[in-house]
Amino acid sequence: MSARAGNHKGPLLEVRDLHAGVGEVEILKGLNLTVNLGEVHAVMGPNGSGKSTLANVLAGKPEYKVTAGEVIYEGSNLLKLTPDKRALNGIFLAFQYPVELPGVREREFMKTALDAIREHRGLEKLSVREFNKLFQEKIAQMEMSPDLVKRSVNEGFSGGEKKRNEILQMVVLEPKLALLDETDSGLDIDALKVVANGVNKFRGPSRAIVIVTHYQRILDYITPDFVHVLIDGRIVRSGGHELALELEAKGYEWIKEAIESGEQVSV
Amino acid sequence: MTTPVKQKVISRKTTDLDTDYKWGFVTDIKSDLAPKGLNEDIIRLIVDKKNEPEWMLEWRLRAYRHWMKLNYEEPKWAKIHHPPIDFQDIYYYASPVKEKRPGSLDEVDPELVEAFNKLGIPIEEQKKLSGVAVDAIFDSVSIATTYKKTLEELGIIFCSVSEAVQKHPELIKKYLGSVVPYTDNFYASLNAAVFSDGTFAYIPPGVRCPLELMTYFRMNTEGTGQFERTLIIADEGSYVSYLEGCTAPMRKSNQLHAAVVELIALDNAEIKYSTLQNWYPGDKEGKGGVFNFVTKRGKAAGVNSKISWTQVETGSAITWKYPSVILQGDNSVGEFYSVALVNNYQQADTGTKMIHIGKNTKSTIVAKGISAGHGQNTYRGLVKIMPSATNARNFTRCDSLLIGDKCGAHTVPYIEVRNPTAQMEHEATTSKVSDDQLFYCMQRGISEEDAQHMIINGFCRGIFKELPFEFAMEASQLLKVSLEGAVG
Repeated sequence: MSARAGNHKGPLLEVRDLHAGVGEVEILKGLNLTVNLGEVHAVMGPNGSGKSTLANVLAGKPEYKVTAGEVIYEGSNLLKLTPDKRALNGIFLAFQYPVELPGVREREFMKTALDAIREHRGLEKLSVREFNKLFQEKIAQMEMSPDLVKRSVNEGFSGGEKKRNEILQMVVLEPKLALLDETDSGLDIDALKVVANGVNKFRGPSRAIVIVTHYQRILDYITPDFVHVLIDGRIVRSGGHELALELEAKGYEWIKEAIESGEQVSV
Repeated sequence: MTTPVKQKVISRKTTDLDTDYKWGFVTDIKSDLAPKGLNEDIIRLIVDKKNEPEWMLEWRLRAYRHWMKLNYEEPKWAKIHHPPIDFQDIYYYASPVKEKRPGSLDEVDPELVEAFNKLGIPIEEQKKLSGVAVDAIFDSVSIATTYKKTLEELGIIFCSVSEAVQKHPELIKKYLGSVVPYTDNFYASLNAAVFSDGTFAYIPPGVRCPLELMTYFRMNTEGTGQFERTLIIADEGSYVSYLEGCTAPMRKSNQLHAAVVELIALDNAEIKYSTLQNWYPGDKEGKGGVFNFVTKRGKAAGVNSKISWTQVETGSAITWKYPSVILQGDNSVGEFYSVALVNNYQQADTGTKMIHIGKNTKSTIVAKGISAGHGQNTYRGLVKIMPSATNARNFTRCDSLLIGDKCGAHTVPYIEVRNPTAQMEHEATTSKVSDDQLFYCMQRGISEEDAQHMIINGFCRGIFKELPFEFAMEASQLLKVSLEGAVG
């Protein structure tokens, strides 16, 4: 995949009949998903349906093994790339459980990451001054404290701070495909609004977002173009925002029952 | 009587060794070697070569006779393993062939100048490092000292120990062996008997040394032991920051390094001593490498005095060293900040001793151990509060980081409190560079190697900030180079 694959014409991401799992356990059992630039997709499902597995497989987390199917990103096979190469090519995962890096300062971490990504895109590295300015702007946008830059990455952060920090990193690194893994869980309503606001500002024709969530609550603030229901490793139903509202009203059991009774699954 | 000295040209290819140790070159230079082995004649030869006075000879002989009584029995309590050392199969004196120490840098052998240039330590007057005065030691012999004039104007003495024996015998007589007596331990006795050179620094009362003083040690000749002796005295109200760096060529055989360092801080004086130890660690199978058996001790003798040790230990096949502080003066302060890294088959048993004697004395110990490959890393530290040390305080923190599953980390603290007013704190952690941490960094576009480096640097941050800036950069690089191949 080249640094300038931006002129690729087809979908940004095509997941075809994806089977994947951890160890011997298969979690994704033939998942299909197509994402174009400019779109926001929500993948909803009950616990254990494979939502986080999908996000982690796309980001390349080593313990997840793909057993069948393919993932095409910008026209090339994504699965052969190491996680860092995927990130350099514009894939970003907002972690469900962000990891602490004791002693590694947020500023140093983000500068290193942005330098690598800009270099991959054929851009000059930002000077320390330029970077600090950019970073402080984004920190202000996410309504976080300016002394964040000096703190160790995620160390001693509250749950809400960690989630906000993920979105902060997203808006600094400007990926093409952002995967938000349960970013809304554990957020109070004010923090949820800040996070949603960050995502909405980030939204645009040259980007795509996949929101993985259990609850439709975040979708009150970020209106998705498509909603997919993931049950037992497969997407069983797709629709617009109204599908999320229907799920909210009727619960996942309703979909399960509909499928078991042989109702045709619309796509 | 003197033993005849033979001249020998040392030239050996090192390309057959599989290692990335970039300091591993050998300088092709004539070396003045005494015959192998140790006896009273060798000691007389060393004294004779160095034109030392009778009292030095007597002191060395007393040390030698004491050492002989130890019957070649090295200390066995450390968690290190090595084949027995044949102390009669070592050269105890090797010197670049020029008989006299050069009067000016123009007289220094260009090969030696080049050797130090390669190490990034220019000693020529026009290229010297800004803000750092360097004493360059090659095979135990001091070959050049920069910035001498600037220092002399302030009354600071910074020269080789050999020169100090000649020019400042009163200071040597008073302080040499006053902190580490020749009876202290096996290697200290051996060092006192045979040390050939080292660095001497004296900071006069009230002077804040404006330059970092640095000694760069280079072992070259094969089969030599390196026994240098460093003595630093900070007189009342003075301050000095001293740096020490060391490298050696790659050799298939082990080389012995048994140094002694003594620091003395008088009333209101402060000594900050920083070490980057990068002796050749041996190859990936554990062949070769330096045996680094070092005794370092400071005496915070005066009231309000302070001695601070910072060490980054990445080299040597075996490291055995415990830079210590005797907190004798009331309100004196002792500090020990350490990063010790072992990879492949390296072994480190290192730590400190803080001996509290004076009132209101305070010590801080922060030790970070990193173990990779088959490396074994032991922190061993003693905190001793004597009955006289009212209101003594100690804080100890030991953190171990493991990389891979074949290495080991061990923590052996000894705490002896004989005064009930003491306050002691001890914290210890062991962690691994986790796959989750690596994945998190890589998901942000950072390569696995850079991610590893970043996490380890983060682990060491508290120590690196104690180092002078250039040294901190170099330390970080050293960790990176030392861990190459440890990932994955």
